[in-house]
Amino acid sequence: MSSPEQWTRPEPGEGPAAQAAQPSREQVIAGLRNTDAGGAEVTQLLTPEGERIASPQFDRYISDIDPEALRGLYRDMVLVRRADREANAMQRQGQLGIWVPLLGQEAAQVGSGRALQPQDMAFPSYREHGVAYTRGVDFKELLGIFRCTDHGGWDFQAHGFHPYTIVIGNQVLNAAGYAMGQKFEGKVGDDDGEATIVYFGDGATSQGDVHEGFVWAAVYDAPLVFFCQNNQWAISEPTERQSRLPLYQRARGYGFPGIRVDGNDVLACLAVTRWALEECRHGNGPVLIEAFTYRMDAHTTTDDPTRYRLSDELEVWKHKDPIERVRVHLARNGYADQAWFDRIEAEADEFAADLREFCFNMPEPPPDRVFANVYAEPSPVLDGQRDEYLSYLAGFVEAGER
Amino acid sequence: MAAPVQSRVDAATPTQKLTIGKALNLGLRAAMEADDKVIILGEDVGKLGGVFRITDGLQKDFGEQRVLDTPLAESGIIGTAVGLAVRGFRPVCEIQFEGFIFPGFDQISSQLAKLHYRTQGRVKVPVVVRVPFGGGIGAVEHHSESPESLFAHIPGLKVVSCANPADAYWMIQQAIACDDPVLFFEPKRLYHNGQLKSEVDTTTPGGPLFASRVVRRGTDCTVVAYGPSVKVALDAAAAAAEEGRSLEVIDLRTLSPLDLGPVFESVRRTGRLVAVSEASSESSITSEIAARVQQECFYSLEAPVLRATGFDTPYPPSKLEEHFLPDLDRVLHTVDRAMGW
Repeated sequence: MSSPEQWTRPEPGEGPAAQAAQPSREQVIAGLRNTDAGGAEVTQLLTPEGERIASPQFDRYISDIDPEALRGLYRDMVLVRRADREANAMQRQGQLGIWVPLLGQEAAQVGSGRALQPQDMAFPSYREHGVAYTRGVDFKELLGIFRCTDHGGWDFQAHGFHPYTIVIGNQVLNAAGYAMGQKFEGKVGDDDGEATIVYFGDGATSQGDVHEGFVWAAVYDAPLVFFCQNNQWAISEPTERQSRLPLYQRARGYGFPGIRVDGNDVLACLAVTRWALEECRHGNGPVLIEAFTYRMDAHTTTDDPTRYRLSDELEVWKHKDPIERVRVHLARNGYADQAWFDRIEAEADEFAADLREFCFNMPEPPPDRVFANVYAEPSPVLDGQRDEYLSYLAGFVEAGER
Repeated sequence: MAAPVQSRVDAATPTQKLTIGKALNLGLRAAMEADDKVIILGEDVGKLGGVFRITDGLQKDFGEQRVLDTPLAESGIIGTAVGLAVRGFRPVCEIQFEGFIFPGFDQISSQLAKLHYRTQGRVKVPVVVRVPFGGGIGAVEHHSESPESLFAHIPGLKVVSCANPADAYWMIQQAIACDDPVLFFEPKRLYHNGQLKSEVDTTTPGGPLFASRVVRRGTDCTVVAYGPSVKVALDAAAAAAEEGRSLEVIDLRTLSPLDLGPVFESVRRTGRLVAVSEASSESSITSEIAARVQQECFYSLEAPVLRATGFDTPYPPSKLEEHFLPDLDRVLHTVDRAMGW
């Protein structure tokens, strides 16, 4: 069998490789896409059919996941998906300005998020609602961003969960700096060591900031797990528009391990992320994880995926659903009965209803919020602008116009 | 581990004769001694001491975890500094030349300037970005520019520029102590200028960071400048005095927030204002000054606010820079126009 390297750089000499017609770029990419289909490279512990696969390397990282813990992961994913669907519906009803759905990525987010220790820090992009949930951020606190009443209101330090970052890739460098700080403070090197995880997508891997983040983390041995959710689509652009090479293989060029995990397998995501975090907290970071998953819904509620991808693809990925495989596994092994599943569904409905109730009653931010917290130190200039504007507004009230 | 630090500022002699470059070096050293969360990041800032030697000797005394020779990428320098600040450090970034800051512009405007606002005050990012700026050094392209207006335009950032050794020594320490991100513009052609070498009181700061200052009293026309242009303005005022004309010179010092109170006060006395800057004039610090002065001093003005600035062109090849830079003659010519209006 030939390898992609041989296609693009044939052996010299008179042999068949030298004489063979060179493949077109499209053919090369098509071949690489085949290597992208998962296959032998991908770490999977629970098949889409709900079969547990033994892994000599990773089983020990989930030895504590008994049926109760697995039911917990299932519950996490169901609640997160239910909240995601509720938020999507609320956008359709005009209650949210926009929503960024995570449908299909529940295992990648819950698995990796549950791998984190309290002392760890997570840097999200803007789709990590499932990770936020695992870090104890109330789903309600995410809504302000999408109802456009704030830019993010949770206590990032208490939750170990940095503010959402919307500019693609910026957070990767911020996370690298944070992880360097953990190392400089001597918080790396034993079982209680600290680590950082940063989330980004397949599209972000083209950004200079992600490349620079790889470089910085590598040369400073930063305890940083790069968690790339390859959901196959950067809005309308497929991963092949970002890379010739399977993304996890990029790590090799920077000098640290890269691994591809089945991003729809919550056990594999948990185990592999725990492994990567252990490496980092013991001083062997950084590590790149490519969670191979699929964006089952649109990029955001403003997007229309029917313009650029086939429904066949969606149908294929439906068979790899992250929640369904756990459900099958729990049911088949007698770890949960129908009454339990029904209870979780009911709990999810309640979770969503609570979210809806909260969202509909969110207060409008007061106008002076425009001017607040631009600077940490007092700003007489902005105080002046605020006072002048508020008195201008008050003029309408005095005139009886508002 | 870093070796025990020997202070280079001799406590027994409270004043020292310093250049701007040496004053910055000692100011950085003092800040690092005062707070072990202060760290320096930049290209060649370690062993080499920076291409201008401003960080000379700091890595030797404070170690490689406090003075970091970084990979060559400005977005990386700023982006990791943001993360370090979130962690509780007070990073001081050196951008080697102002023309190389633009790969870091995204991190500066998208993260550094906005994190505090985005988080409703929960996240402080006390990062200082040191930027050698301005022309007059006979350099190739990208080594002589004045991009400060671009940063002053971004809410969430503070922008200052020093023009003498005492300010260099104290302003850098005050910027590092500030809880907001500060872009710190340094007049590179004056770093090692012996004429400016002067006594620096290392025991007491001369005043607050975000305040402009009258540096020469006068009665006929006010000249406002900052950074390298302050020396030009002062030289022009000395030359004008020989011709019997009295210029008042104000060193702006802070570009964002602007502190124009002393300028208004001065213009109300002199009735005339000339603003000097090496930056292109369009949509610049000097435009903002003109707008604000006409608003605040409308009835005191005897002439329109005039400007002596770089042209609205890219910085030219340096064989032509004497034509681009507002020099003593161009400042005096602009003063003449204001006086003759």
